[in-house]
Amino acid sequence: MSAATAGPLLAVEGVSVRFGALLALSGVSLSIQRGEILAIIGPNGAGKTTLLNVISGFYHPYEGRILFEGRDRTRRSPPDVAELGVARTFQNVALFKGMSVLDNLMTGRLLKMGGHFLLDAIWWGPARRQELANRAFVERIIDFLEIQAIRKTPAGKLPYGLQKRVELGRALAAEPKLLLLDEPMAGMNVEEKEDMSRFILDVNAEFGTTIALIEHDMGVVMDISDRVAVLDYGRKIADGQPEQVRKDAAVLDAYLGAGHD
Amino acid sequence: MTEILYAVFVGPFREMAGSPAFLVEVLLGGVATGLMYSLVALGFVLIFKASGVFNFAQGVMVLFAALTLVGLMERGVPVAVALIVTMAVMVGLAFLIERVVLRPLVNQEAIILFMATIGLNFFLEGFGEMLWGANVKKLDVGIPDRSFIVAGVQINQLEMSAAATSAVMVAVLAVFFQRTRIGRALRAVADDHEAALSIGIPLKTIWIIVWSVAGLVAIVAGIMWGAKSGVQFSLSLVALKALPVLILGGFTSVPGAIVGGLIVGVGEKLGEIYWGPLVGGAIENWFAYVVALVFLLFRPQGLFGEKIIERV
Repeated sequence: MSAATAGPLLAVEGVSVRFGALLALSGVSLSIQRGEILAIIGPNGAGKTTLLNVISGFYHPYEGRILFEGRDRTRRSPPDVAELGVARTFQNVALFKGMSVLDNLMTGRLLKMGGHFLLDAIWWGPARRQELANRAFVERIIDFLEIQAIRKTPAGKLPYGLQKRVELGRALAAEPKLLLLDEPMAGMNVEEKEDMSRFILDVNAEFGTTIALIEHDMGVVMDISDRVAVLDYGRKIADGQPEQVRKDAAVLDAYLGAGHD
Repeated sequence: MTEILYAVFVGPFREMAGSPAFLVEVLLGGVATGLMYSLVALGFVLIFKASGVFNFAQGVMVLFAALTLVGLMERGVPVAVALIVTMAVMVGLAFLIERVVLRPLVNQEAIILFMATIGLNFFLEGFGEMLWGANVKKLDVGIPDRSFIVAGVQINQLEMSAAATSAVMVAVLAVFFQRTRIGRALRAVADDHEAALSIGIPLKTIWIIVWSVAGLVAIVAGIMWGAKSGVQFSLSLVALKALPVLILGGFTSVPGAIVGGLIVGVGEKLGEIYWGPLVGGAIENWFAYVVALVFLLFRPQGLFGEKIIERV
């Protein structure tokens, strides 16, 4: 096997992030294996979103390395990371609110459209053909996520649960190798959570997409993830199978605050 | 009382009907000026959409572009070469602004970026005059300023060439930003910076593109207005006329800038000629602002702007 296919898809090695005096992450090491669903859990303020932001290039660590497919990419900018094949969603839904659902998904496909920005304007033929091919792909995602009926609706007008689904669709449009989901089920009711869990499992099974997600609902985490990593006060305190982690003493401490003697 | 009503609501229209050829002349003049307003307004809209910055320096960019072009020509540089050099200067300026002004201020409040463009405004004004001198310069683009008569309507050759150029420029820009991938990227950036970054849109590139385009628009506007009234400081005030255009059209709409420009251009010409005499003339300069004010009362988002919805 070549270096690109062996080993984990992503490796975080001893990463520390500091905001002024606050150490948001300290020496965190974590690997994401190809094809798995990894859940990152932990109490509020544990550094979960910070970790996601480091992986997607929004923050740069002052210490440690990040390897994607075996290559160092610690200091890449968010657009560069996206180009490597990492897509993400945000905790507070970051859709293009003025655009239709379809346009949101098409925008997610921007990187898959080759050619040059400026040439597009002058030379129409190839640009149009590309647009059609990409539109076909986006329609598949629309079918997959069962959002046919809201295709033309401005994203900002949708209820929260649907916005989360559209945001997932936009990330999928980029055909990512690694999909990062920041609390994909926050604020959803039971039914919506079940739908979202099903979509996440289907994406993983059908497209083979590697997924790392942050989630607070323990029931969901235990159900859908292959592996669970636990953060507390910026440190990783556990990492393993869901059943193992559930019984881990350090994890129970962090969550219940019990037994500090 | 009836006399006043007659003078306001009937008289001007009888005048228009009485001499249709003259009316067409007035309308043409209005369209010609309106297109030039549209062009300047487009520069504003592009930058506002892509970076949320209200670029106060847009007017001075017009002046700076015209000064550079005339300055080079005065020193014996052939027109074509001078034009290319000016274009290069404006694109270079876009790179410089991204690096020196926008990048350090990224994620700051809109008002801070606005202040930065005021600084840019004074810098460009001083720098331009330092380089090329503050005297009024004549810009000769080789189109004679003469008129001829078609079907009883007097047409000015310079004005019509300017109008045609603006129309072409406006059309090209509209297609460029509405129909291509950049258009979608631009709207994405305008909607949500973080999300745009996360799907691989390089913010820096988009900024450089819109500031370059605004610079090129400034050159065209500078040439048009400069050929008409000489290259001098008052050129930068043309940009102020773009304000009512923006209020009419909406700050984020390309078609809005075009339609808004035409409304202001035609409106102020009609107002000046037919209603101006009622109050002793010279209403052309403030008419547009009154229209914009009235408009603000009823449609603060402009004709085509995105509707402002606020939840409380």
